[in-house]
Amino acid sequence: MIGLTFRISIIGFGAVGQGVAKVLLRKREMFQNNGMDIKVVAIADSMSSLISSEGIDLEKALQAKKTSGRIGNEINTGDSALEVIEGVDHELMVEATPTDIKTGEPALTHILTALGSGKHVVTSNKGPLIHKHAALMNTARDNDVLLRYEATVGGAMPIINLIQENLASNTIHRIEGILNGTCNYILTRMADEGLDYHYALLEAQELGIAEKDPSYDVMGIDAASKLVILANTAYGNNATFDDVQITGITEVTPEALELADKNGYTIRLVGEAGKDLLTVAPKLVSKKHPLAIRGTLNIATIHTDLSKTITVSGPGAGSIETASAILSDIIHVYRRHGEHRV
Amino acid sequence: MRVSMDIELKDTPGQLVLALQPISETNGNIQSVVHCHDKRTPRGTVPIHVVFEVEKEGLEEVIRRIEANDVIVARVDEKRLHEQMSVMLIGHIVHTDIRETIDAVDSTGYAEIVDLTLSMPEVKKVSSAFMVIAADGENGLTSALNILRTTAVEKGLLVIEPIKENAIWM
Repeated sequence: MIGLTFRISIIGFGAVGQGVAKVLLRKREMFQNNGMDIKVVAIADSMSSLISSEGIDLEKALQAKKTSGRIGNEINTGDSALEVIEGVDHELMVEATPTDIKTGEPALTHILTALGSGKHVVTSNKGPLIHKHAALMNTARDNDVLLRYEATVGGAMPIINLIQENLASNTIHRIEGILNGTCNYILTRMADEGLDYHYALLEAQELGIAEKDPSYDVMGIDAASKLVILANTAYGNNATFDDVQITGITEVTPEALELADKNGYTIRLVGEAGKDLLTVAPKLVSKKHPLAIRGTLNIATIHTDLSKTITVSGPGAGSIETASAILSDIIHVYRRHGEHRV
Repeated sequence: MRVSMDIELKDTPGQLVLALQPISETNGNIQSVVHCHDKRTPRGTVPIHVVFEVEKEGLEEVIRRIEANDVIVARVDEKRLHEQMSVMLIGHIVHTDIRETIDAVDSTGYAEIVDLTLSMPEVKKVSSAFMVIAADGENGLTSALNILRTTAVEKGLLVIEPIKENAIWM
């Protein structure tokens, strides 16, 4: 494995894609010490692409993106990503374009194309996995490559690989978790300061915790998407977004939070995935319970037969945090790829 | 309902079976048995404390059968609604007839709302209610929650249900 050169492409160069470039730079020494040679040979964003078989200077690419908003030559033919995926020799594609919850595109096509041409894929994009979980897994298997997606759920919080690997001996009965940091931040602030929902949302927007259009988060859509991915990972039951009963947090009031508090509870947006039931809704959580987590953190509790109850928590968002999950997946694939070649 | 019972056994082998068999024979579900081997009552009998669930109608038969086995039943304490759950409602709770909402659960016979706290900020703003439902078992609790869910949908209220509690956290 030592000395194996691993060429990767980064498709999508927004917050997550740039985060991947940054962590690759930060961990350069670690790779050298371990004899791992990972180089980025192509980057594509929505408008441009940059290709170098020698390996791209990531610092320059990040700088170019920062100053001009693009990374290289403008491409007029349409999808620069597909040209990179099909035209550039490499072993692994990182799919980090923004999630489209409705169709999963263009990421779905990117991933299927990459897998179909024998490339491993690591992604942070929820869209494709919500729509075509089974098809994607089958395509990866048929082409003898890996598809890893730890970054799609809970950012840096390890859960997908935890379910697939560490808990592989278990039957999973139920997973419950707080999978959206924005909602958790808003509810925490409402409870702590008695803030009205709209005021807490404004504060979250000013801090960059909530989007300008917060509906994706506060209506429970983001949490529901992650729940679908967790359910498919744990149960392999081809759940889709339509299977989730969703209630958001917009109707929760500071008075309700205060009343809950007086009785030893708080209110959190909890996603629950059983084999046949998927719900996202504000729930009463005892203040002593681990799920009464504060701020933007994510947490998930997995109820199993052999290992009993396992709980993990961590930062659920952020460019570097999410990129850390992607990089761990890349390293996993690198090691597996090396073993195959020996 | 849940029954907590003190019984007294003769200090000879095989007595415990005589005391417990009538409970299972009457479809009771034994939840705990504390057997104090080293203690003796002034009568020289061995005190046993047993907790079990049984249908209300079955309790008299249980006692009759235990006593028929020559075992002393010293105390019986029954608790009908022993399972509890906290739940919240948010919305125009008072203006959508809170009494009717409560009655929907209370009229079941197997569940009751045993505690209620209201928060009513301003006339135009929505209210919140924190309520404790008590029922005669897990099934009763689930049914009561379903009634509350249906009522809430009809009245446009939001139900905040508790997460499933796990004993290990408590």
